[in-house]
Amino acid sequence: MAKWQVQVDREACIGTGMCASSAAAYFRLENGRATAAQDFIEPDDLVVDAAESCPMEAILVRDGDGAVIAPEV
Amino acid sequence: MTTSQEPRNYPFGEADRLELDPTYEELRRTEPVARVRLPYGGDAWLVTKYDDVKTVLSDLRFSRAAVLGQDVPRAMPMIQDRQSILSMDPPEHGRLRKLVAKGFTMRRVEQLRDRAQEIVDGLLDEMEKEGSPADLVEALNMPLPITIICEMLGVPYDDRAEFRNWSDRALAITAFTPEEITAGFENLQGYIAELVAERRQSPTDDVLGTLVTARDEGDRLTEEELVNFGVTLLVAGHETTANQLGNFLYTLLSNPDRLAELRADPDLVPAAVEELLRITPLGGSAGFPRIATEDVELSGVTIPAGDAVFIGQAGNRDPAVFPDPNRIDFHRENNAHVAFGHGVHHCVGAPLARMELQVAIGTLLSRYPALELAVPVDEVPFKKGRLVRGPRELLVRW
Repeated sequence: MAKWQVQVDREACIGTGMCASSAAAYFRLENGRATAAQDFIEPDDLVVDAAESCPMEAILVRDGDGAVIAPEV
Repeated sequence: MTTSQEPRNYPFGEADRLELDPTYEELRRTEPVARVRLPYGGDAWLVTKYDDVKTVLSDLRFSRAAVLGQDVPRAMPMIQDRQSILSMDPPEHGRLRKLVAKGFTMRRVEQLRDRAQEIVDGLLDEMEKEGSPADLVEALNMPLPITIICEMLGVPYDDRAEFRNWSDRALAITAFTPEEITAGFENLQGYIAELVAERRQSPTDDVLGTLVTARDEGDRLTEEELVNFGVTLLVAGHETTANQLGNFLYTLLSNPDRLAELRADPDLVPAAVEELLRITPLGGSAGFPRIATEDVELSGVTIPAGDAVFIGQAGNRDPAVFPDPNRIDFHRENNAHVAFGHGVHHCVGAPLARMELQVAIGTLLSRYPALELAVPVDEVPFKKGRLVRGPRELLVRW
């Protein structure tokens, strides 16, 4: 399956730590703000959950064709 | 590091207004990972450093689910066996959280700001009609968050006298008997179950309706999870904000310099809300324990698997992160407080609470340039024996 792209808007991030805690393999906090551990990952719903749960909607997940998987708007 | 002394009793004592017990600071200096003895369930660990607090909150080796149904160290006699999102670990926690998260994002909450302003204006109009002095707790602090959470969830505002009473009991530690506390929860569950049943007859698009659809059409949560989620959102959606609003106003009205500073520069209101969040110990008791699921080292101390850890209330006063931590400073840079928690359980209502607090405080200060306490500061009565602190009554004149 094509890889997913994970992006974190570090300007929007307020460092709640939700993503880095629930999906530690994919996100980490640097200077109090989240960053994606890798830009492209094997599909994993943990990343979708993290994007859906971010209060700032700072996480964007796209599929191999560039279509947005999460968050739903 | 080893410690030979007897564990300290925890909580350290009855919460005194908004004072932070000095024992926290002492422990951070002398024993940052300390042994404490709870009234029930035995001994636990208490961390007081900001970094350790964040680790305990966010590292999944510390479990909330592991407390369920267990005789864990705690401040009240009952063993917690009610399944709620507050006592779930990932990935179960995320399954529930994402069902409502969209309704509480910063973007969605900003769309409610005008409505919050309208509610505050209307409540203050009513307060003025009754005349000065007035009790802000009843005039503004309670009705504002209750109105908003009722509208979001789809709970009838007219039922507030009943659910406030139940909620008051459900969030007690020692203020009511264990039987009364349990009955408070059960009444709330019965009430939400009725609202759920109504939605099965006539669907709605409010948060409760969304949860009912997620259950009935997507089988994404159990009936018990659905009802308890509704209870949690209703209770957490008003008790915390209402009490914090009272706490913040109490702090501002008893600190003339900070009050004058804020009046002179209303653009400071959002930063002031963040600083008041940092400085105010909302918790009135021990808080929620977490259980180490494996050995974890914190500041050189090994927490053995199976032990309970409390984060206390001192993380936001760690001088390593917040210089001059006991000073209220509306100009702090990087005010990365953990008042809303950290990690997976970071408060879903944080953007909503921030917005309500900003609108309420900003409006009060601009509308009443002479607002002041109508009783001496030390005569403001505070609630006792509850999960959260807050003034029982806040008499002001303007």
